[in-house]
Amino acid sequence: MASHLPPKPTPQHSTATAGGMAEAGHARPRGLMRWLLTTNHKEIGSLYLIFSLTMFFIGGIFALVVRAELFQPGLQLVRPEFFNQMTTMHGLIMVFGAIMPAFVGLANWMVPLQIGAPDMALPRLNNFSFWLLPVAFALLLSTLLMPGGGPNFGWTFYAPLSTTYAPPSTTFFILSLHIAGISSILGAINIIATILNLRAPGMRMMDMPLFVWTWLITAFLLIAVMPVLAGVITMMLMDINFGTSFFNAAGGGDPVLFQHLFWFFGHPEVYIMILPAFGIVSAIIPTFSRKRLFGYASMVYATAAIALLSFLVWAHHMFVVGLPLVAELFFMYTTMLIAVPTGVKIFNWVATMFRGSISFEPPMLFALAFVVQFTVGGFSGLMLAISPADFQYHDTYFVVAHFHYVLVPGALFAILAGAYYWLPKWTGHYPNLRLSQWHFWLSVIGVNLTFFPMHFSGLAGMPRRIPDYALQFADFNLAASMGAFLFGASQLLFVLVIIKCVRGGEKAPAKAWEGAEDLEWSVPSPAPLHTFETPPDFHPHQH
Amino acid sequence: MSHHDEQATNRDGVRRTVTRTLVVLAGMFAFAFALVPLYDVFCEVTGLNGKTSNTAQMLVHEEVDTSRMVTVQFITRASAGLPWELDVETRQVRVHPGQSNEVSFTFRNRGGEASHAKAVPSVSPSEASVHLRKLSCFCFQEQRLAGGERLEAPLVFQLTRDLPADIKTVTLVYTLYPVQPAQAAVSPRGPIEEGDSA
Repeated sequence: MASHLPPKPTPQHSTATAGGMAEAGHARPRGLMRWLLTTNHKEIGSLYLIFSLTMFFIGGIFALVVRAELFQPGLQLVRPEFFNQMTTMHGLIMVFGAIMPAFVGLANWMVPLQIGAPDMALPRLNNFSFWLLPVAFALLLSTLLMPGGGPNFGWTFYAPLSTTYAPPSTTFFILSLHIAGISSILGAINIIATILNLRAPGMRMMDMPLFVWTWLITAFLLIAVMPVLAGVITMMLMDINFGTSFFNAAGGGDPVLFQHLFWFFGHPEVYIMILPAFGIVSAIIPTFSRKRLFGYASMVYATAAIALLSFLVWAHHMFVVGLPLVAELFFMYTTMLIAVPTGVKIFNWVATMFRGSISFEPPMLFALAFVVQFTVGGFSGLMLAISPADFQYHDTYFVVAHFHYVLVPGALFAILAGAYYWLPKWTGHYPNLRLSQWHFWLSVIGVNLTFFPMHFSGLAGMPRRIPDYALQFADFNLAASMGAFLFGASQLLFVLVIIKCVRGGEKAPAKAWEGAEDLEWSVPSPAPLHTFETPPDFHPHQH
Repeated sequence: MSHHDEQATNRDGVRRTVTRTLVVLAGMFAFAFALVPLYDVFCEVTGLNGKTSNTAQMLVHEEVDTSRMVTVQFITRASAGLPWELDVETRQVRVHPGQSNEVSFTFRNRGGEASHAKAVPSVSPSEASVHLRKLSCFCFQEQRLAGGERLEAPLVFQLTRDLPADIKTVTLVYTLYPVQPAQAAVSPRGPIEEGDSA
């Protein structure tokens, strides 16, 4: 495979101004073609972020359909078949269409800026990996209009529910997941190649900002497990269309094998959705505490430890399939072990703030909320790790509460924190303070009102993925539905903040936040289209 | 280092990184498929997923352990979309380890047309599966039944003496699945052989 380095301008142009219209000797395409053909990491980063925001709203509408139906007991709004499609599509869109592309978009924008590189290592591949995504998700969404409806087997698509008993559109679902998977893999290759080869002279690995470190480790996880996902869905494809029996007991296959393979991918996948969030928070908390990050090296090692452990815990999703006792114990202990490196991280964030000069700008608000709420999700994870207790919690709303706490007030809040932190760099303007604060507080109230009651309904025995429920769960569900609509509506404020911020607002200097240290704050705000064409002067500070 | 040299070094580095990640990618894709046979081998060696051998095994001649009794339960399940029934003469037998036992199962095709099916076995607790020897079982082959036909088929099995003492009950589950006619063999009705492990 040929590698494509970013076109480097001749030295006499390297200090030229931002826009650089006729840079490589040809005019830049305008209008739609500009975005279709761009190889600039900042433009592709913006495309990723806009795409993921769009998917976030589509997946959010699906979630609101679910919450509207669950507002009160009984069947009111949708048929159960459609309800199942909504829960499934909500999960798939949020995981593969909203959270993952948002992190890739942030990596595209910020990794080259944070390591002093002129662009990503493989700019044309970068363009390709982005444009695969709209194709994949247009295909996935189109299955809702096909005869028999879209995927209705949950985002974990357990066989044989997703093979023998699946709607005819499942083949399209498999194709769309293949395309999205290829996009993730290409993005990961690009990020690894950039970080390993294009760092500013003098920047050693242990000088890299933690967002870069966490993304490097995330990219390795993607390289390791996305091919396994591709393998699993290929086996499904063959079971459905070519008469094989990988997961079909009648032909000698084994449905439990599907769960092993899926979660061998699936557990590293959940860390793919949280490690970059750790990186963002590790940038924001030191900035607004006006202190160096406490325990830089331990943060790096903890991230690597979490990544390695993620390959040894997959069967804790399958405690009730009939595992032998030794396996139950092994996976219970390895799962609990993850609390150690995660605890190191939480401790380091708190220690960073200790005796710091803290201020509460919007990025810091979201980062603080992340630390608190992610810890809540971590604790419910520890409860679920206890194998005998999991027999009660399995497939209840307690599980739903747990993973939403780590993904919504966890990963999503970190993404929002990152957006508020870097918006001055992207647009040259500070986001509107008052609106940002409204957005933050409504989001915090909404998200906790939505997901906290689910702990209780889950412990009381309410199963997940059901359109109707017993009367005793009515109050919890009423609260959760009201919270969901509040949270959903308050995200419109975020769109308003972004639009206002792009159009104008208080001008931001190059170093937009007083305590910000990394290389991205050495280039002007807004960041010009081309930066670091000559490598920056990098002086490592003692971590 | 001049600007030009640096760019060349970078390009080589990027090429090397990309080649290596592609090798890892191909390896992991192959690994996913390799996991399928590996999983089967692992389960066969450890008997962890309750799968039993799908060929007839020899009887192990050993003294019957009359000091303890083990309850063997039978559960039969028909499959959705197949007009068949599978019944067993008794839901539960009490056996001594080492002893050979025969239980008769009845297949009945309630439909009007000939069809094919296979009974897929599973053993619970899974630790018992390596101590269960099937000398003859209808589950080794597919069955073909004409509309309305009825077939009696035996299961001959032995629980070996080394069955762990804490296992007091063993449950054998047979689930009927429809199979494609092309795969199906003729109904098995061979004689029951007392094997000899000599």
